[in-house]
Amino acid sequence: MATIELEKLVKRYGKVEVVKGIDLSIADGEFVVFVGPSGCGKSTTLRMIAGLEEISGGTLKIGPEVVNEREPKQRNIAMVFQNYAIYPHMTVRQNIGFGLYTSKLDKAEKDKRIEEAGRILGLEALLDRRPAALSGGQRQRVAIGRAMVRDPSAFLFDEPLSNLDAQLRAQMRIEIKRLHQRLKTTTVYVTHDQIEAMTMADRIVVMKDGNILQVGTPSELYESPVDVFTARFIGSPSMNLVRGKRNGTGVEMAAGGDVLIGVRPHDLIAHSVITDGGGFSITGTVTAVEPLGPETLVHLDIADNSVIATAREKFVPAIGSQLTCQAAPGDLYLFDASTETFLGRS
Amino acid sequence: MSDTALSPPLYKANIRPGRIIAWTLLFIGGLMMISPLAFMFSTSFKTPDQVYDLRLIPAAPTLANYIAVLADGRFMRWFFNSMLVATIVTVSNCFFDSLVGYTLAKFEFRGRYFIFLAILSTLMIPTEMLVIPWYLMSSQLGWLDSYWGIMFPGMMTAFGTFLMKQFFETVPNDFIEAARVDGLNEFQIWWKVALPLVTPALSALAIFTFLGNWTAFFWPLIVTTSKELYTLPVGLSSFAVEQQIQWEMIMTGAAIATIPTLIVFIVLQRYIVRGVMLAGLKG
Repeated sequence: MATIELEKLVKRYGKVEVVKGIDLSIADGEFVVFVGPSGCGKSTTLRMIAGLEEISGGTLKIGPEVVNEREPKQRNIAMVFQNYAIYPHMTVRQNIGFGLYTSKLDKAEKDKRIEEAGRILGLEALLDRRPAALSGGQRQRVAIGRAMVRDPSAFLFDEPLSNLDAQLRAQMRIEIKRLHQRLKTTTVYVTHDQIEAMTMADRIVVMKDGNILQVGTPSELYESPVDVFTARFIGSPSMNLVRGKRNGTGVEMAAGGDVLIGVRPHDLIAHSVITDGGGFSITGTVTAVEPLGPETLVHLDIADNSVIATAREKFVPAIGSQLTCQAAPGDLYLFDASTETFLGRS
Repeated sequence: MSDTALSPPLYKANIRPGRIIAWTLLFIGGLMMISPLAFMFSTSFKTPDQVYDLRLIPAAPTLANYIAVLADGRFMRWFFNSMLVATIVTVSNCFFDSLVGYTLAKFEFRGRYFIFLAILSTLMIPTEMLVIPWYLMSSQLGWLDSYWGIMFPGMMTAFGTFLMKQFFETVPNDFIEAARVDGLNEFQIWWKVALPLVTPALSALAIFTFLGNWTAFFWPLIVTTSKELYTLPVGLSSFAVEQQIQWEMIMTGAAIATIPTLIVFIVLQRYIVRGVMLAGLKG
């Protein structure tokens, strides 16, 4: 196991800077998730850690040593790719064992590790099959097995669940998390799926345009996002934002106001009967409803904006009806309307 | 029961006029291609006085030609020469063409495109134009009338390099990068990961190269003077001159000569199945 430290790390392709001098310190055994939209530089950063991309500037340390100039094989890291990258001409056993191809371990020890990885990942019965005879989830487990057997200093995952269906993705999320809890190996995980980030990470790194916007635990990012981008990126559905202004007691909606009022859909409650509980309220026309079972997401048009609210207790508003939704004062997030930076909770 | 009841109409529905025309054309084409082969085998079982009798099945078939050809030490020597040359050149092509093809497909380096174009441009030059420089080169380096002299022009080909490069480009980079992270060096990655993924192309290259060299006539005829170094096509032609065109003997030699090509094709053609590569990726 090892720490990973990024100091002013830069990646340039010609004159284009895609990673712009980022700093990050990953603790030994920590599970860190890089999250951000496509093209934000998260995969490039991961590939620089893996040694698959040359570092244009800055320093990368794995453990106490600077590894900028080291080949991938000299870094003792293992990587799991989005497309699995398991070899179709090899059996599952050979694929998992391929991680030990250059290892000096004796054959008995290699076999033991392969069997152990197979057992942990539930692949014992499939060891002599070829990838073509495996499902997507099983293939991804083989890829993880190949990384595991090497007992690396760190695991790198590059969007490993993107090709799986929703159910399998949820299952694999838990499996990877359990694996990390069991092995306690430093893990860097890249995804564009904020649910993966929230459910798996010890710390989340939010990236945008080659910069790190915020680093923090999932709850820190959820509760105290540094700006509008992070606030909308973390949480599903995304946070509602409306223009507003401060008044004596709190905030209120106001076109052209100097603040952006943020409220998460789960905190903006649509009631069948309006209660005068104070706080923040929005009235609009229902344009769509999405029943989810225990609750219903309600899409509302308000002035020149649209918001999503939540209706609970089997209340499903009629489309086209006028509806008032309320949020408790402590559930509001305030952002500066011009800089979009976080001002605090209200 | 229901299957039996449904089958006839379904079967009939497939027989359309277009299909009948296509099948007829294919049948005629097939017949045109196979008839020289059939006459070759037919003639190899005929006696000299039956050679000009165009019946496909000989009136009095005989194995005497085969016994005579196989008993002739020269024929076996030419057969061995052809086998040696074709095998070495095929192995060499598979190795070097795929190595260069892989390098051009998967490595970024200055001048890569220029090198590829330079290799490709040699495809535009007809073999007849290359024979004179080859001959001068062989003459000056002392390669005339030697196995190396026969083999060297074909040890690596532009076509093979082009073919392999195109196929290596279809190998996803994830495979290569995964192997790189797993600690393999670049040669090991090519040998253990990339090459098995382009088996169909490699098989096709092996078949084409083997057949091309097995039947090569022009260059071996020019570069060799000793009869011991003749390849089979050159030997058979000289055989014809010496024996005052004994067609039944030539046809017998040619019939035996087809056996290795058939074996090569039968052994390798099952590898020419695309799609195996994608099994390790998503989907």
